[in-house]
Order: sequence, then structure tokens, then C-alpha cells
Amino acid sequence: MRDTLVLQTNKIGKYFYDPVKFKVLDNISFDVKHGEFLTLVGKSGCGKSTLLYILSTMDTEYEGELIIDGESLTNKKTDRLAQVRNEKIGFVFQFHYLLPEFSCLKNVMIPALKLGKYSYKEIEHRAYQKLEILGIKDEALKPASKLSGGQQQRVAIARALVNDPKIIMGDEPTGNLDSKNTQIVFEIFKQLTQEHDQTIIAVTHDNDFAKASDRTIEMMDGKIINLNKQWD
Amino acid sequence: MKRDVNSEIAFTHILSRKKQTLVASLGVTVGITAFVFLNSLILGFNRFFDDQIFRSMPHMRIYKDDEISKSLVSKKDSSTLPVVVNPKFLNKTKNLINPQLLVNEMNHQPDVVAAAQWVSVNLFYTSGKTQMNGIASGANIKEADAMFDITSTMVEGKAHNLESVTNGILIGVGIAEKLNLRLNDNLTVISSIGASKVMKVVGIFKTSNSISDKTKSYMNLSAAQQLLREGPSYVTDIYINVKDPDKVAQYKPFFEKLSGYKVEEWKEANETFVAASKTRSVMMRSISGAILLVAAFGIYNILNMTIMQKLNDIAILKATGFSGKDVIKIFVSEALIMGTFGTLIGLTLATLLVNLVSHVYVGGDIGFFPIRFEPSIMGLGAFVGILVTTAAGFIPARNAAKVDPVEIFRK
Ligand SMILES: Nc1ncnc2c1ncn2[C@@H]1O[C@H](COP(=O)(O)OP(=O)(O)OP(=O)(O)O)[C@@H](O)[C@H]1O
Ligand SMILES: [Mg+2]
Repeated sequence: MRDTLVLQTNKIGKYFYDPVKFKVLDNISFDVKHGEFLTLVGKSGCGKSTLLYILSTMDTEYEGELIIDGESLTNKKTDRLAQVRNEKIGFVFQFHYLLPEFSCLKNVMIPALKLGKYSYKEIEHRAYQKLEILGIKDEALKPASKLSGGQQQRVAIARALVNDPKIIMGDEPTGNLDSKNTQIVFEIFKQLTQEHDQTIIAVTHDNDFAKASDRTIEMMDGKIINLNKQWD
Repeated sequence: MKRDVNSEIAFTHILSRKKQTLVASLGVTVGITAFVFLNSLILGFNRFFDDQIFRSMPHMRIYKDDEISKSLVSKKDSSTLPVVVNPKFLNKTKNLINPQLLVNEMNHQPDVVAAAQWVSVNLFYTSGKTQMNGIASGANIKEADAMFDITSTMVEGKAHNLESVTNGILIGVGIAEKLNLRLNDNLTVISSIGASKVMKVVGIFKTSNSISDKTKSYMNLSAAQQLLREGPSYVTDIYINVKDPDKVAQYKPFFEKLSGYKVEEWKEANETFVAASKTRSVMMRSISGAILLVAAFGIYNILNMTIMQKLNDIAILKATGFSGKDVIKIFVSEALIMGTFGTLIGLTLATLLVNLVSHVYVGGDIGFFPIRFEPSIMGLGAFVGILVTTAAGFIPARNAAKVDPVEIFRK
């Protein structure tokens, strides 16, 4: 598996038209291997989130090509893209995004219920496991809205892991966490890439976090200026 | 059973906003209650007036039409001339030929439930110095009773007394009161052509129509024939009842062909009544439709609001792999749950209401309030309620499906 590509972008470009037309992403081409822990850095407003939305298949208005797990997803039907997201991509957002009426456990279970690969009991069991890994098993039955920001973010990470996706994407996945929990999440990510061959693509402003990852791509003004940033 | 995640989400949404759900459902309840109640009212009214009509009028009447002579006979060939004459009625008598045979033949038709020979006589009822005009029906009492259920209206005597008393007469209770007549009293009747006959009261009837109680009477065919100075085969009408009185227009050509005479069906004879009943139906249907529309709007509104407040949730669901179709299913399910809940309560409430109103005594010719409970209306109510709410839910659900998660996450 290692050394084979899980994600490729080919000259991806994107414009925004409001308030004036400008090119927010320009000629973005890079490859990501199976099991790679990749971080994405750059100044605020350089287009990291915009790129991540394209990689996650949620944003389809771009030029160039996106290939995930050998399948070109450019111009695919939205139903197929939803399937790909469900099965192959786990997403952790910049701000914790949970469904407030559901318990933490349910929040984690929902993508798995949608996938329908396991029985309800098994899914419940797996969800508990993921929550346990993130150290919030005790909060499992609380409504999501009753948790602290950091706890919510960890639930969101558990949810991203529940379907054992090929790629886990995060927009500042540790943005809300203290250094201790950031360290925990980092270790989990590291373990996933090393032991389960899963891939991490994470946007971060945390240089220590980036330094410790396998590879860091640096962006500036919508362009990639460094495919493998070296830290000194 | 595999639990469906879409409906699970729908249920959770609904349960976490019980109050709003209840309000929207109650809107449907009101709509469905009104729908079922008003439709039961229409049905009750129409049945009531139909019954009223069919107590004195058959579904169809076979009679001999007036024939008018041709005013122009065009020339046949060059040797003859065209003839022009004043148009005038040709038939001298309204008598049907061999009426007994015709009745027998009608009775053999599968859709006919009753057939009767009939002679109507305009006459005066006199007793002492008091006179009342009215109409006597000369008929075979067995046939007439089968058609109009005269027996059920008798307050004194028996309808079938006519069979044994050839000069017997059944009179309406209004006539009996005005002329001060009791059972077995005699009265003299004088027909419009001046023939008079002494009759014996063998029965008094009271229908739900006080006017016909003041004018109507029944006598044997032979008595009516004598009052018209006609022979024993003189019959002017054959009355026919069929299985479904609403289909008379379809039967009409067939019966005209079969009998060789003209057929008049009850709707032609009661155009005003039919028009009035149609107006009533249209009115009530519009009202119930309008109320239902308001209820549907309630569902539409609440769902629209829910979706506005849940843009975030929709974005998350889509990000984690729910398709547009799933989102539609979730919100249409919510509409369906609210609609079904509201409809069920509405049907229960309507049943109670119809039951209550049907026990209200209005008196007069009407008796109990003419409302009718019909399972088919309940079925229609359930169907319409669920259909309308689902449709109302579909529009906002489709909008929810179009929510772009990226736009939500960027905020
Ligand atoms: N919907 C939009 N319409 C127009 N311009 C937009 C829109 N969304 C973002 N932008 C602009 O596009 C640029 C890139 O935004 P993006 O959110 O990708 O930056 P970022 O690198 O994620 O920044 P940060 O580190 O602050 O999250 C910014 O200049 C932003 O103002
Ligand atoms: Mg960003």
C-alpha cells in the first residue's frame, strides 16, 4: 500500500467572483501517499480552507482535476460524491460541528449508520471505541450541546474516524484543544497513519504540530510555494 | 430490522421541538376535521334530499310523449306537391299499450329494483262543505309500496288494506286533519273531468313533507281509471327504480329503446334541485379545501423554519456523506409524521363531531340533523391529509437538499 497514491490534484484553480473576480487558488498540483501525515500551512487568507473544501469533494466549482483512491471525482454526480465522502473521507472542521439534539454517541454513529456496513449493535460498539480512544467515553450519552468546545472537537474527530476512512481531513483539528489534548490527537493521527495506513491532511497554524508531521505543504496567495517545507 | 438513519434523524428533530410540532399537527387536525365534517354534511344533505325526492318520485318514468304533426311534407317526386299544414298534437290518448307486459319486462332487467304501473288523477277531496284539491295516485299497492315504502309512513290503518277494499283510499295526515276524517270514514272525491266517487279511508300516512301530506292520496288503479272515465287497461306511466339512481342518465337510452316510449329520469325532472345540491357540494368542498390549504401552509411554514434553523445540521449531514435525496427524505418524513399525527387526531375528532351533530334534533320535516358518517369519507380524509402534508413538506425539503455545505462552513 505504501508508496501508492491516495489523492492527486492536477492544476486545480478556483475563482471567487464576489465582490470582484480574483483567483483564490492557482495551479495547485500535489500527490499524497497512503499512510502519509500531511500538514498544510500558510498565512491567514491564503486559501487553505478553500482548497480543503475542494479536496473533500464538497466544493465542485473548480478547474483542474481531483483524484481520490484512483477515481477521478471531477464532474462526478453529487450522489456519488456523497458516497465517497461517507466511505472514504473523514472531516474535522475548523469549528466543532456536531448535531446538537443528538447524544455524542449518536453523533459518532450517524455516518456509520448511513454507510450501513455494520449492524446497529456493532456500530454502537465501534463508536464507543472511538470515543474511548479520544478520552471522552464518559460523555458518550450526554447531548452534544452540553459539552465544552474541546470535548466537542474530540467527538467530531471520533466521528471522522468511525467509518475507518482512507483519508482524514482536518481544518485546524486541534484549534480548540489545549496542549495536552493537542498532543493526544497528534499521537492518534500518527498511530492511524503508521498502523492503519490511513492518511491525514490537516490545515494548521501550529508550527510544532506541522513540524512533527511527515510532510508540510506551504501555501501563499493561492499558490503552493513549497511542496515539502523544511524547518530549520 | 435495520433501523433507517434518515427516519431516526427525523424523529429526533420532531421530538426535540415538541411544541412547534404540536402546533403544526393541530393545524392539520383542524383541516382534516373540517374536511371530514363538511363532507359528511354534504353527503347527509344530499342523501336526505334524495330520500325526500324518491319518496314521491321514481328514479325513472316511462310515458307516452306528445307527438306533433309535421308542418311540412316535402314533395316526393315531380308529380306531387309539398304540403304545408298547421302543426297540432296527434295522439288522442296518453295510454301505454299493454302496461302489464311492459312492467313484467322491466322487472326482468337486472338493474331494476322496482317497477309500478301508475295513473295520476287531479281531484278534489270533499267532506261536507270543505274542499281540498290534490293529486291521487292510482297504483297497484304492492308495487307502489315496494317503490316508496308507504307502509313505513302509515300512522293509522295499513297500506295493504287497499288490496281488499276496492274503493279504499290512503290519505295524507294533512287532508285528514282539514277534512276531519278518521279511519273508515267516507269521503267524496271529484276528478278534474267531473267524475265523482265515494271512497273509504283505509289508511292515513305522514311523510316528512307536510305539503304532500296535504295533497296526496293513494287508491287502486281501477278507482283512478274510473275517475278518469277510462277502461281497466288505461295506464299513463310506468315508474321504475334502479340500483343506482345516480346512473339514470346511462340507463335512459336503453329503457327508451326497450319500451318504445319516452323516459324521463329524476334529474331532468328536478333540475333546480340537482343544481342546488351541486352548488352546496362545491361550496362546502371549497371551504374544506381552503381550511386544508391553511393547514398545509402551517406544515410548510414550520418545516421552512426548521430548515432555516438547521442549515448547520444539514451541512454536517451532507459533509458526512448524506446525499440530497437523504436530506429530502429526512424532512419529508418530518412532514409525514406531523401530518399523520394531525390527521389521526382529526379523524377521531371528526367522528365525535359527526356523531354529536347527528343526534341533534332539528324537528320539523327534517327530524334529526341530516349528517352521515361514512367510512369512505374517513378514508378520503386520511388520504388527503397525508398527501397534502407530504406535498407541503416536499417544497422546503427540496430547498434543504440544495443547501451548499461549503457556504455554511465558511461563515
Ligand atoms: N465565499 C467567498 N467569496 C469571496 N471570497 C472568499 C469567499 N470565501 C473566502 N474568500 C476569500 O478567499 C481567500 C481564501 O480564504 P480561505 O478561507 O481559504 O483562507 P484560509 O487560508 O483558510 O484562511 P484562515 O487561515 O484564516 O482560515 C480569502 O481572501 C477570503 O477572503
Ligand atoms: Mg481557513
